[in-house]
Amino acid sequence: MEHIRTPKVENVRLVDRISSKKATLGTLYLTATHVIFVENAPDTRKETWILHSQISTIEKQATTATGCPLLVRCKNFQLLQLVIPQERDCHDVYISLIRLARPVKYEELYCFSFNPKLDKEEREQGWTLIDLSEEYKRMGLPNNYWQLSDVNRDYRVCDSYPTELYVPKSATAHIIVGSSKFRSRRRFPALSYYYKDNHASICRSSQPLSGFSARCLEDEQMLQAIRKANPGSDFIYVVDTRPKLNAMANRAAGKGYENEDNYSNIKFQFIGIENIHVMRSSLQKMLEVCELKSPSMSDFLWGLENSGWLRHIKAIMDAGIFIAKAVSEEGASVLVHCSDGWDRTAQVCSVASLLLDPHYRTLKGFMVLIEKDWISFGHKFNHRYGNLDGDPKEISPVIDQFIECVWQLMEQFPCAFEFNERFLIHIQHHIYSCQFGNFLCNSQKERQELKIQERTYSLWAHLWKNRADYMNPLFRADHSQTRGTLRLPTTPCNFMYKFWNGMYNRFEKGLQPRQSVTDYLMAVKEETQQLEEELEALEERLEKIQKVQLNHTKVKSKQSEPSKHSGFSTSDNSTANTPQDYSGNMKSFPSRSPSQGDEDSALILTQDNLKSSDPDLSANSDQESGVEDLSCRSPSGGECAPSEDSAKDRDSDEAVFLTA
Amino acid sequence: MEFAELIKTPRVDNVVLHRPFYPAVEGTLCLTGHHLILSSRQDNTEELWLLHSNIDAIDKRFVGPLGTIIIKCKDFRIIQLDIPGMEECLNIASSIEALSTLDSITLMYPFFYRPMFEVVEDGWHSFLPEQEFELYSSATSEWRLSYVNKEFAVCPSYPPIVIVPKSIDDEALRKVAAFRHGGRFPVLSYYHKKNGMVIMRSGQPLTGTNGRRCKEDEKLINATLRAGKRGYIIDTRSLNVAQQARAKGGGFEQEAHYPQWRRLHKSIERYHILQESLIKLVEACNDQTHNMDRWLGRLEASNWLTHIKEILTTACLAAQCIDREGASILIHGTEGTDSTLQVTSLAQIILEPRSRTIRGFEALIEREWLQAGHPFQQRCAQSAYYNSKQKWESPVFLLFLDCVWQILRQFPCSFEFNENFLIMLFEHAYASQFGTFLGNNESERCKLKLQQKTMSLWSWVNRPGELSKFTNPLFEANNLVIWPSVAPQSLQLWEGIFLRWNRSSKYLDEAYEEMVNIIEYNKELQAKVNVLRRQLAELETEDGMQESP
Repeated sequence: MEHIRTPKVENVRLVDRISSKKATLGTLYLTATHVIFVENAPDTRKETWILHSQISTIEKQATTATGCPLLVRCKNFQLLQLVIPQERDCHDVYISLIRLARPVKYEELYCFSFNPKLDKEEREQGWTLIDLSEEYKRMGLPNNYWQLSDVNRDYRVCDSYPTELYVPKSATAHIIVGSSKFRSRRRFPALSYYYKDNHASICRSSQPLSGFSARCLEDEQMLQAIRKANPGSDFIYVVDTRPKLNAMANRAAGKGYENEDNYSNIKFQFIGIENIHVMRSSLQKMLEVCELKSPSMSDFLWGLENSGWLRHIKAIMDAGIFIAKAVSEEGASVLVHCSDGWDRTAQVCSVASLLLDPHYRTLKGFMVLIEKDWISFGHKFNHRYGNLDGDPKEISPVIDQFIECVWQLMEQFPCAFEFNERFLIHIQHHIYSCQFGNFLCNSQKERQELKIQERTYSLWAHLWKNRADYMNPLFRADHSQTRGTLRLPTTPCNFMYKFWNGMYNRFEKGLQPRQSVTDYLMAVKEETQQLEEELEALEERLEKIQKVQLNHTKVKSKQSEPSKHSGFSTSDNSTANTPQDYSGNMKSFPSRSPSQGDEDSALILTQDNLKSSDPDLSANSDQESGVEDLSCRSPSGGECAPSEDSAKDRDSDEAVFLTA
Repeated sequence: MEFAELIKTPRVDNVVLHRPFYPAVEGTLCLTGHHLILSSRQDNTEELWLLHSNIDAIDKRFVGPLGTIIIKCKDFRIIQLDIPGMEECLNIASSIEALSTLDSITLMYPFFYRPMFEVVEDGWHSFLPEQEFELYSSATSEWRLSYVNKEFAVCPSYPPIVIVPKSIDDEALRKVAAFRHGGRFPVLSYYHKKNGMVIMRSGQPLTGTNGRRCKEDEKLINATLRAGKRGYIIDTRSLNVAQQARAKGGGFEQEAHYPQWRRLHKSIERYHILQESLIKLVEACNDQTHNMDRWLGRLEASNWLTHIKEILTTACLAAQCIDREGASILIHGTEGTDSTLQVTSLAQIILEPRSRTIRGFEALIEREWLQAGHPFQQRCAQSAYYNSKQKWESPVFLLFLDCVWQILRQFPCSFEFNENFLIMLFEHAYASQFGTFLGNNESERCKLKLQQKTMSLWSWVNRPGELSKFTNPLFEANNLVIWPSVAPQSLQLWEGIFLRWNRSSKYLDEAYEEMVNIIEYNKELQAKVNVLRRQLAELETEDGMQESP
């Protein structure tokens, strides 16, 4: 609280980014956890809530006649443009937010004050929903080749690894410890995924400390043990996910990569995924493109190309595809590493697992996958996503890229995933929100020390409770795509990878499709379920009545009128066809309003009843519609001077395209 | 002329057909007057039936005695035929070349095609101008049908019947026609029932360098304005281009002479610029060797999506004038047969729910493209693989369909038809067994006696069996104006057309099927429940009647 210099500023304008002429007047509040903007308009009082932890940058721009503009960029790609009348107030807000957005200790984070009104038992249960030991059992472990090792008990060998790890049976504690000493940050090779069908496995580690010529017998034995744990193949792949040049440069620092001559029966392979710094700046460039005001098609495509973002996504996917193929088609085990083995390695292992195992393409399985390859194996969430104030050079959208890979796959295989796009978006949101404890800290060890499970709630339980919102209506458990490995074309199909508008522009509702097929189908499915129930009830009643009539008894059946289906449109039909309020009350944007069809079949979905179980997201959900303000998109013939017509009603937005 | 003269080798055995995503098929290749047929002689193996008119270009290659013909189709498909024997291969290639570029329209397949289906409704009579006018006449009496162009004498590219302001007589129309490019005087394109505003279209005014004017022209377009109202003239050319047109006798409406109208210039590209854009785009889509960045670069360099954005933006602007500004508009470019029609028809998609139904969309194409005189024969003579010297080929209609697809993607529940319907129209515009897209205007179609000698596409499409393939299962009538986003982030490459032959659509097709299943099952249950409810209600009233005496 001591950081809030001014808790409330009135007459602040929230500028519409798409149409800079539109702005809403309201009051800005700063609380210990949120920035809140409440519209003045009495009928809507729309609220925009931003968690401090979502704030990425705050930019104070030059004061103009109308006030002092403040630009707040969020980690979930929301962009807030405020104009504060008084310079002084603006400065106070700015200074307060700078501090609030950069907490210095974990206790300041939202999850320690967030209370979803669950009792202790429910909270504890929430933390048991995802259980990794169950997951290894599901893979078929332990078995003749793999065993649970307690070598890392109390984090004795590697403090960024979990305590429970699977290693080849033939790898003794001596070998493991020896190997760990030859690996960066002692991240020795351990099992990530075991492919039951043919015993091939995916293992992960950090780079070897090979320098120019160093060797380590135990490390060589370790790799051999991994090979022996797969009787179906006489070699293993060692995949270094870095560009070769980067790996070679590491040798000078006493690190590096495996020398094929020293390890028996390995096939070594580089896959050039760039490092976190390249990725950070690539995202930055792409977001700059998204931020452009009325870009031309060329500006956009050129900027997208120039950012390199989709090239990086493809590189990660290619690595995942390579590994999935090696495992499923060649039956060979793969050891994956990068430098420290917690960024690119996590990306690549989880993409490969997702391709190989349909379980990870289910709602719960996906949570398990993140829990396994990211949380337990010590992906540095705190550093990468800047939860606490820290080195900005550590920040990088590593898991964002993985989440995007999943979305790209969903676009290719629309029936293969149990969950929908919203699920991915909400997970991304919460990785940054710090509302739940799952993604806190940099390792299992730190989380344990902080007693996260006793003091915070689990996101997985929250998502699971609201799973109805996250279902992909096209998913069918018995579908061909939902079984076995997802096979992508072998030819390099660059056009497969597309800009994810739904993520990076998700707060620009005007840029999103106006009707959602997913939501429509979900509503249909929901109705179908109700119909099934009603059908059963009707059949029962019919049978009863017929029996009663047969017996000539005059018992009147219960008079419970079958409930009439009211369809799914929750919006008010009466305002649907009144687009006259185009300039004023934008709430009734025509295209999002329900059709006027008969009510039995009014299955129209509007953005307004978009499901959003998330307290935070729903609070933010911008329900304002956007009739396109074409002027801003398109430089309409600059030749034409404003007409009298448009001058007359300058107050209305309608004339905007004429005067632009 | 006999086709047999062109076919030196009608039949070759042991020909191998290669197509992407299919295993190679060996079979017998047959050439007929209009088709290239490959039969594997196995009952259930798919055969190739390709219309010669669908062939855009061919390449030949020889490796020893084995010849290879690569056939590039107007629908962007590329197939390869391995033909044993150099002579056979050369013969086949020269026959294909000759048969795919027949000069005379009357030798085209539609004149030979005999339908294997029963015609329920003759498509040639499905969309008569009189019927279309009736839809308006209930709402307004300010317009009339004019038969001034009955003999195609006033405007060769207009249909015999057009809708014009009631207060303007045919004599005035003749004078206006002399003042407009190609005789295309302003006619009604769309009447917005909600507020009585209209879209008119025409050719450019022939003002020339000395600013010629035409009182009748001014009177005509002013006649469409309500008292005290103003209108907008949307010129689809930039001011610069419009000014240059004056040197060639064309021009634009001067404010001084049209004080009640405000002129807006947009710049929609035309002619070969669009054709080159298409060629570059298809090249980029077919080239799978380049890396990710190159792909985006080439997509950008093709400018295809830039054209899409420009056309859509202009259409939205037109719709905004009508629906938001409450102002009537006149749209023209130079001839008024290309970009003008893209804008008028897309504005109607945005404004008019009927044009988002199957029947309504067909009527729109009939009215705004065929009868409005878009020169299909010239524009669709060749496609992306043919570098024409004629320079009159241009994917104007394909760009329109792409724009419709973009809107459909943003409003997936508001269209009665699906993507396949648009793809089908694209295919038939370029190569078809039906006569609908033959000729450049109604006058030519009349001379060709297409109605008597060929079958209409609509006769085939509008049969229930065919329609089901083109019906959007998500459709829910939406009676509102739909405003698409024209931001670059919201526009996408139309994969269903441009990547159709370069990627497997298996998984997307499966998803579509699943979607249909979900909706069908729901409808089925709904019907069952309704039946039971009724039964129950009947039983209960019987029950009540027994009780009442």
